[in-house]
Amino acid sequence: MTESERPTRVAVVGAGPAGMYAAGHLLEAPGGTYLDGRLQQLVSHDVEVDVLDRLPTPWGLVRHGVAPDHPDKKLVQRVFEETAGRRGYRFFGNVELGRDVSAAELSEWYDAVVFATGAAGDTRLRIPGEDLPGSISARAFVAWYNGHPDATDLDPDLSGERVVLIGNGNVALDIARILTLPVAELARTDIADHALSALSRSRIREVVIVARRAHLHASFNNPELEELGRLPGVDVVVEHDDLSYGLRDALDATVRRKVTTLQRYATKPQHGHERRIVLRFLSSPVRVLGDDRVTGIRLGTNRAVLDGDTVRTEPTGVEEDLATGLLLRSIGYFGTPMPGLPFDDHRGVIPNAAGRIIETGTPMPGRYVTGWAKRGPRGIIGTNKVCARDTVRSLLDDLERLPTARTLTAADVESVIRSRCPSVVDQQSWLIRDAQERRAGRAAGRPRVKILT
Amino acid sequence: MAYVVGPACVADYSCLEVCPADCIRPRPDDPEFTTTEQLYIDPRSCVNCEACVPACPVDAIHHELRLPPEHAEYASINVAWFEESR
Repeated sequence: MTESERPTRVAVVGAGPAGMYAAGHLLEAPGGTYLDGRLQQLVSHDVEVDVLDRLPTPWGLVRHGVAPDHPDKKLVQRVFEETAGRRGYRFFGNVELGRDVSAAELSEWYDAVVFATGAAGDTRLRIPGEDLPGSISARAFVAWYNGHPDATDLDPDLSGERVVLIGNGNVALDIARILTLPVAELARTDIADHALSALSRSRIREVVIVARRAHLHASFNNPELEELGRLPGVDVVVEHDDLSYGLRDALDATVRRKVTTLQRYATKPQHGHERRIVLRFLSSPVRVLGDDRVTGIRLGTNRAVLDGDTVRTEPTGVEEDLATGLLLRSIGYFGTPMPGLPFDDHRGVIPNAAGRIIETGTPMPGRYVTGWAKRGPRGIIGTNKVCARDTVRSLLDDLERLPTARTLTAADVESVIRSRCPSVVDQQSWLIRDAQERRAGRAAGRPRVKILT
Repeated sequence: MAYVVGPACVADYSCLEVCPADCIRPRPDDPEFTTTEQLYIDPRSCVNCEACVPACPVDAIHHELRLPPEHAEYASINVAWFEESR
């Protein structure tokens, strides 16, 4: 077989939505790829894709990020399962970049490598005390209740009556629901068993969600906000905000809908339910209180100032302490450097132009990036689909120029990976485990029971 | 009468790929796509062909007469997106 007749071989690092959408575009569906308003054939010859993940399980944050009480969102894995069933797809789980394989090796073994490594760190609060025991990142907490193997030992202290969440994005609202939902409801989800057992002993009655700015700038989306009002046995309270800025007409439909919902919560009589969620606006964390562990948080209150047709936030100088033993920092994910790849410390991404990784001003031949590692931790699951399409388009445009001299065959790559990683999980092993988890779930009236290793 | 996208939408846009009436917005290359909460169907151009329903990986699309009761308001939420001045 001559060089031009063999399939193009691509490694995708990361089996989350970003990596799986990249694999899906590389192993193009028979219908083609949506571009310029129609489906077009972008891939004109055979492509083989190996998807690597440091975990034994694929689907990234669909498995370990999406809240367990949102099973409908997790159905998106059907798209990834369909891709995984296409000819030319292989999965190698339990293979970690930098530990088992280096970026340089992958570049040698494959014609091209797409890094879809996500954002593995957190935005820091930058206030004293944020690392005291009892202060946990939302990322770690979410990983814990979703059964991520890195977080099974988190053991958060749920013995206090109040939890304070800093930041009001969808992740904060997910956590608030998990902390306040009746355990019987959680028991019907695929929540990790250790989390279910800890939450069944939880004494938490109040979850305070603190945001620096006014309600107009709230980060949560409408469906998540509206869901709070439907939680059984939970009152929703809105604090520290003036909900009438006279800006209603200037707001777009999405923000107007949030304001309407918040006004409904603010005026609805409370039922004296056992648990409550407080949406507190215009409050900045100043310092975490406590000597050897968290005992509270000092908040500086802000005011919203109408400035033309925008709203500015400025401090009032008034401070207030809120007692809590558990502080969850939820002000955003942030990328971390990947071994062997350039990194933009400021933006927390791998520097790139249209998905081509850039080092010292020059594209690195055959190296691409997609998803949060490319554009930062923003958007929803499907945002990664068009992002991956554009990275794959760059790769396809470069095909003739890719360094292919030392590319290994599929069989050779597999034997190197198997010799280095005896515990590698291939697609077949994953499908067996997936079936086991679902079978255990059916017996228990749950979508699946996660195996936590 | 039209089909309606509900809150389960993850903006995977498989619906839009198969829509013969091009009535689903935002499209992946529209500026609104990067920040949208979900996709929406324009009832004025929807032809009720139902192609989007099986295409949706998360079962987010229903006919407006068959919306789950807890999502009844999504018919007007879909309309509202197209009524914005844009």
